[in-house]
Amino acid sequence: MLFQGLVGLSEAMYLWLVAAGLSLIFGVMRVLNFAHGSLYMLGAYFAWVAFRISGSFWVALLAGPLLVGAAGWAMEFGFLRRVYSAPEAFQLLLTFAFVLILDDAVKLVFGPVYQSPPTPAALSGAVLIGRSILPTYHLFILGVGALVGLGLWLFLEKTSFGLVIRATAADREMARALGVRSSRLFTWVFVLGAILAGLGGALSMPVRAISPGMGEFIIIEAFVVVVLGGLGSLRGAFLGSVLIGLLHAYGLLFMPVFELALGYMAMALVLIVRPWGLFGVREG
Amino acid sequence: MRVRVIAGAAIAAIVLLLPLVAGPFLRYLVLNMLLLALLALSFNLLFGMTGLLSFGQGAYYAGGAYAAALLLRAGVPMLWSILLGALAAAALAAVLGAFCVRHTRIYFSMLTLAFGMLVYAVVWKWTDVTGGDDGLIGIPRGRLGLPGPLDFSLDSPVRYYLFAAILVLISMAILHRLSASPLGLALQAIRENAERAEFSGIRVRRTIYIAFVTAGLFAGLSGALLAPLEQTVSPSTAHWTKSAEPVMATLIGGPFSFLGPIVGAVVYLGLKEIIVRFTEYWLLVFGLVLLATVLTFRSGLVGAAADLIARKRRA
Repeated sequence: MLFQGLVGLSEAMYLWLVAAGLSLIFGVMRVLNFAHGSLYMLGAYFAWVAFRISGSFWVALLAGPLLVGAAGWAMEFGFLRRVYSAPEAFQLLLTFAFVLILDDAVKLVFGPVYQSPPTPAALSGAVLIGRSILPTYHLFILGVGALVGLGLWLFLEKTSFGLVIRATAADREMARALGVRSSRLFTWVFVLGAILAGLGGALSMPVRAISPGMGEFIIIEAFVVVVLGGLGSLRGAFLGSVLIGLLHAYGLLFMPVFELALGYMAMALVLIVRPWGLFGVREG
Repeated sequence: MRVRVIAGAAIAAIVLLLPLVAGPFLRYLVLNMLLLALLALSFNLLFGMTGLLSFGQGAYYAGGAYAAALLLRAGVPMLWSILLGALAAAALAAVLGAFCVRHTRIYFSMLTLAFGMLVYAVVWKWTDVTGGDDGLIGIPRGRLGLPGPLDFSLDSPVRYYLFAAILVLISMAILHRLSASPLGLALQAIRENAERAEFSGIRVRRTIYIAFVTAGLFAGLSGALLAPLEQTVSPSTAHWTKSAEPVMATLIGGPFSFLGPIVGAVVYLGLKEIIVRFTEYWLLVFGLVLLATVLTFRSGLVGAAADLIARKRRA
């Protein structure tokens, strides 16, 4: 039981990293990035390549997210900013074009086979808690997820750059009038969101099989999470991820046939009761 | 107005006379284009009219395909299987749409995609009914199902082609009529300014809901017609890559005219037919096409052609 819960929570952490980036970008830029799952996938592939070259898991964990950050910079600076004035459907379509391009590009370069690199030696053991044996790597992921959450909170609440981000999210026009250079800010927020997704992908590398389809699966889960938690709310993204992770883990245990549908049922329920999400702001 | 009637008659004549000159390959390709055109028109009923971007039309396409396949396998005649299949898809849209239309644009896109993948997951897992990842095989074409001499067999590919083509053409005529109807005008008013539309007495949410269910009906009809054509259905009909096809076809052809999705469907499948001969990474190519379309000409091929004609007239 405890084991299942831990597995669920560690799965929730990948989801949280993707949903956090998605929600942050939406909150500030009002752009929903369909390609966020693809950035997660890129994180795993980049980390894998870095691992093959350097032989070090830690180098891979650093290089993967940073390279995804660079890809995110290219995507925002080269393409996305050209359509900010277009209707939002076209912004969505642009990020969707990137889903198609990145998924196939990865297939083209790395092949459609499932890649699975080893868990690093320091984290491959298990810890005995009570009567349950818990894999160290899962505990490590939980730690990283919690740390990122804490870091993001401190960054947004306690630094001046975080203040600017919050101000822009709250009222873009007013922030601009007060001297915020929003175009530069948008680029950095997008890069930060991309790095978060890349970190999720890099972390998933040793325990989940790497495949070209891994992005499309997690982006849909992330959509469920942000609808549950409220789009633009980081607190909502965190609790939503934990909820979905646990639902999947215990669903698999108690009702395997419905496991896939459980998240959607939770989403439908929230939509009926609180259409704007658990922590979201009412629309309009 | 007269130009439109002539254009419609010309399209109908070409489609219906095609079997006289075309072989099986071209006939198959054209029928696929017609089915995609219908799916794209159903998508554009929401997108072109109201600006709502649905990434889940595959759900209703699959709903129609599976329902028709099950009915045909149970021995129900062709016409009734197809129509009931489309109705089943409309019923599915009526349930899922109730959640989707509560939301404005971005939430709407996310929800349609998520519900689309829910349908995919259900089809994949519910092996007893849907055959799981194998899908349903051995779908018979059988008899038409009208009384007397009209109850002929549709087993031959040419007859099935004509049957399906006629249904698609009738649907296109209905959808075209719909775009100029009070419902169509209300939808356009909502696209331009939802708040003002509400004040002028249009019940916005209900109007969008009706459009959503109608779109589900025609997407379902397209899927239902696919089942006897392929004689199998697989879960890939519900996958988001299927939902992406009407999106891309509409964008290529142009979302702001009725003809756009039809032209787009022809160009999309024609291009795909050529690209797959050179590379299996055709989605990459279409990703680049979509990127270029969004960045440069958002009114698509039909929009670009209309601009060109307008400019020539002025000169």
